[in-house]
Amino acid sequence: MMKKKLLALLTASVMVLSLAACGGDSGTTDDTSGTDDSTETTATAFKIGVIGPLTGDAAIYGTCVANSTQIAVEEINALGGDIQFELLTPADDVNDAETSVNAYNNLMDQGMQLLVGTVTTQPGLSVFPLTNEDRLFTITPSASGDDCIEGNDTVFQVCFTDSNQGMRSAQYIDENFEDPQIAIIYKNDDQYSIGIHDNFVAEAESRGMSIVYEGTFNNSSATDFNVQLTAAQAAGADLLFLPIYYSPASIILTQANAMGYAPTFFGVDGMDGILTAKGFDASLAEGVYLLTPFAADAEDELTQNFVTTYQEQYGEIPNQFGADAYDAVYTLYAAIQAAGVTADMSAADICEALIEVMPTISVTGLTSAGAEMTWDSNGAVSKDPTAVVIRDGAYVTP
Amino acid sequence: MRQYLKSMKTVTKVDFATYLGVILAFIIVTVCQSMGLLNRSMTGMLVPICCYVCMAVSLNLTVGILGELSLGHAGFMSVGAFSGIVTAMSLQSAIPNDLVRMILALIVGAFFAAVVGFIVGIPVLRLRGDYLAIVTLAFGEIIKDLINCLLVGWDENGLHIALNLDGTKSMSSLGLTENGIEIIKGAQGATGNARIATFTVGFVLVMITLIVVLNLVRSRTGRAVMAIRDNRIAAESVGLNVTKYKLTAFVVSTALAGAAGALFGLNYSNVTAAQFDFNTSILVLVYVVLGGLGNIWGSVVAATVLYILPEALRQFSDYRMLVYAIVLILVMLATNNPTFKAIFSRLRRKDDLPDTAGKEAQ
Amino acid sequence: MEFLSYLVTGISLGSIYAIIALGYTMVYGIAKMLNFAHGDVIMVGGYVAFYATSFATGSLLGEDPSDGAVLLATLGSVLLAMLVCTALGVVIEGLAYKPLRSAPSLAVLITAIGVSYFLQNAAQLIFGAAPKNFTPVVSGQLTLFGGQLRISYIALLTVATCLVIMAALTTFINKSKLGKAMRACSEDKGAAQLMGINVNGTISMTFAIGSALAAIAGVLLCSYSPLLQPTTGSMPGIKAFTAAVFGGIGSVPGAFLGGLLLGIIESLAQAYISTQLSNTIMFAVLIVVLLVKPAGLLGKYVPEKV
Repeated sequence: MMKKKLLALLTASVMVLSLAACGGDSGTTDDTSGTDDSTETTATAFKIGVIGPLTGDAAIYGTCVANSTQIAVEEINALGGDIQFELLTPADDVNDAETSVNAYNNLMDQGMQLLVGTVTTQPGLSVFPLTNEDRLFTITPSASGDDCIEGNDTVFQVCFTDSNQGMRSAQYIDENFEDPQIAIIYKNDDQYSIGIHDNFVAEAESRGMSIVYEGTFNNSSATDFNVQLTAAQAAGADLLFLPIYYSPASIILTQANAMGYAPTFFGVDGMDGILTAKGFDASLAEGVYLLTPFAADAEDELTQNFVTTYQEQYGEIPNQFGADAYDAVYTLYAAIQAAGVTADMSAADICEALIEVMPTISVTGLTSAGAEMTWDSNGAVSKDPTAVVIRDGAYVTP
Repeated sequence: MRQYLKSMKTVTKVDFATYLGVILAFIIVTVCQSMGLLNRSMTGMLVPICCYVCMAVSLNLTVGILGELSLGHAGFMSVGAFSGIVTAMSLQSAIPNDLVRMILALIVGAFFAAVVGFIVGIPVLRLRGDYLAIVTLAFGEIIKDLINCLLVGWDENGLHIALNLDGTKSMSSLGLTENGIEIIKGAQGATGNARIATFTVGFVLVMITLIVVLNLVRSRTGRAVMAIRDNRIAAESVGLNVTKYKLTAFVVSTALAGAAGALFGLNYSNVTAAQFDFNTSILVLVYVVLGGLGNIWGSVVAATVLYILPEALRQFSDYRMLVYAIVLILVMLATNNPTFKAIFSRLRRKDDLPDTAGKEAQ
Repeated sequence: MEFLSYLVTGISLGSIYAIIALGYTMVYGIAKMLNFAHGDVIMVGGYVAFYATSFATGSLLGEDPSDGAVLLATLGSVLLAMLVCTALGVVIEGLAYKPLRSAPSLAVLITAIGVSYFLQNAAQLIFGAAPKNFTPVVSGQLTLFGGQLRISYIALLTVATCLVIMAALTTFINKSKLGKAMRACSEDKGAAQLMGINVNGTISMTFAIGSALAAIAGVLLCSYSPLLQPTTGSMPGIKAFTAAVFGGIGSVPGAFLGGLLLGIIESLAQAYISTQLSNTIMFAVLIVVLLVKPAGLLGKYVPEKV
């Protein structure tokens, strides 16, 4: 019995080791070819790593970030300037802190110099202290938690922070609605949702707004909102604040419609993507308010180009996470130009130089709504969340 | 020496080989590390591997030795992780030495997990088979939900704890003073932990786990536990106190899981209750079953190999988890299918002929 | 009035759990294995129905199709989903579970988990990670008491389907020859074989029926909660497994009762106690029930023989 198990395990471990060996081999060949490239062609290919959920529940965000980063890198490389990027294979973190740290270490082994990631806040909270320790310059497209940048001077955000959004939503609702009876449905195992909720409630309370119902859900109950909706309706709520991502929000809209409940829905930036969600009846989203920095159907050339390229290459319409990632790469580009660093410098030297210049640069991108994004030395971006409302299947300023 | 080795029982030999193997692995890894031969991914995985080895060995005590299927082992890991983090964080100013705090955290983590294990164990162990499995699953989920409501902060007045059951409380309701630290923020988990877990501590924990489990198994208690597993009624009829022995094994198993959790929690700067869900319990169960039920060294090897596997598969990028799933299925088929087994045993018979002959001669 | 609508929510959610739980319980009853991949078969059913419906509305039916044509297309896609899932169930059983018939049940459990991982990741590679919004098979609602109570048609359809399946399955198991064979296999495989029953065939058949039910559950689940992604099936799967144990695993009426109760408890706990703790309450009730009735509500308590 013992022997059989031993044999089986041995075969298993041999399999694994051979796989690992393959991995090691291909890794080293990659490395050598990489160095060959850099010695032969240019010495200015910065190695960029991407960490995000490429599989699992949050895969939609991670894959979009990885794809958009790829597009931006290709565009910049095609410019043929001194600054070239080499995108390392995007590392999957399954939206899990533990796997994210493993992914980070793996990228560091491949000689990553700049990190675009993490995509989500939760894994970021474990990875960012490491990038801070290793002095690796990090720009996160979408990890919007306030804790992400706090105490980590190497980390800069492209998205606005949760506290900013929560506060601005409350402010906007207070200024534009007549005595709203507010209900909130939020996801209580998600940093993003809790962060916005807490700040929203704090601001609403200080303004004396009336919150009549607060309902939560979590990963395991994210399929059914009938109870929360009935309770909100019973409490007399005429405005439903949804600090959540668009996929659960699309269920809420559908189920509210099915039960004939029609309050004003007010979402935040996570609501973006609802119009392009596959199979979603966009007419249900009529009159939904949301805060967004990016609209995939915006008319400006930058957005049009990006969306067309993305659709051609990946067959889907990119969401705001992708747009943030695209902007993140261009921000890196601008910062590198400003700092005048080169790819043969060490990651730590690049990092120090970029930290210096980040508060001085300004970038116009997909998510800056025509204005310019600037950063403070903490790493927070100056983007103002603007409210839009959906009319006839398009975002319009109310 | 030879004589002594010969007079040893096979199980004792296997036990010593297990200790020796783990120590050897530790020495080799440490030497490689000091020579700079290990890359960062390997180094980064050392502590989690130690955690999962402890988890697998301790779960093997419940599933393999006690023979009860538990699907909520991660819940005890979670209890250990959070109590360990609270210990380590609140003693930060009182005990500046990381190692001392780490050891205290392990002890506290093990203690709290054992207490929870005891409370859970009394009702759970009355049930049998799949009903027991589903109740452990239920307790695992309940522990996760409760920790999601837990708010803990520390300031010079001591610990502040609140349960946010109705969603109205937040960190501010703890009333921390200015130099207080927020340790557990409900569903957001513990953020900003000091990462004080080291590979050496992990190795020591693995050794302690092995010594505790192997000695328990080879002791009078262990034999009683296995007797109960093999035939409860027969065991009862010879006067064994079934509840007592079952509970002993279960509580030891949960305490070790708690210690592993504390080690895990203090290896990351952010830990949430949602990480210790049903899937984590299943993951550890996979290690145990692949390593062989009741086979302690098998758990050690399986946990190590299977933890590294998804990382080693990163080159497959999108296909990574798909390949992992296929490997899992194939290994299960290869180790449990009669046809494959027959092939293996035929191979083995050819190889080991002199060995078996020798054994018979003994 | 709110109480009634919470109850309706609970019952319709519970009916979905019940249909999924039937799949678990049948397979468990006969093969004595926990088929953790069952939830993922549901997800596959959802995807097949989604693509079939969008193909039908996109290319087969022209602009502005008649109601009859839409109904036909919907029924067709549900049938297709059932066919694909049945085939999938039989293939999974043949490739992954059949070789392990004599192996310990834990080995089969782990294999089932492997299959579950495989299906989820394969689905992501094939269908993409982006969630798809499923168009409910029926829409609209029934208004009662002058608009105070609204019940969506999909809730009614779910409950009705569940009752029909339940009745059909009970009759099938109790009256038909194959049903008898299934009961014989679940009682004693060896003896059944001696009586000339094709045990392997019967087990495959059970998987086929369970998977076809999973396809229906998939369509109903996605109509009720219209978000379809590779992980859609896993959480309802676990809850349905809980429901099956709750009612007494292996018992068909038990799965029905367990699913229904679980749905109602979940919905009422969310409404009146706390949305945060609804799972805790649900599991706590489960634990209490199992402590009082260790074999579930309707499970047979088999005394141990010495």
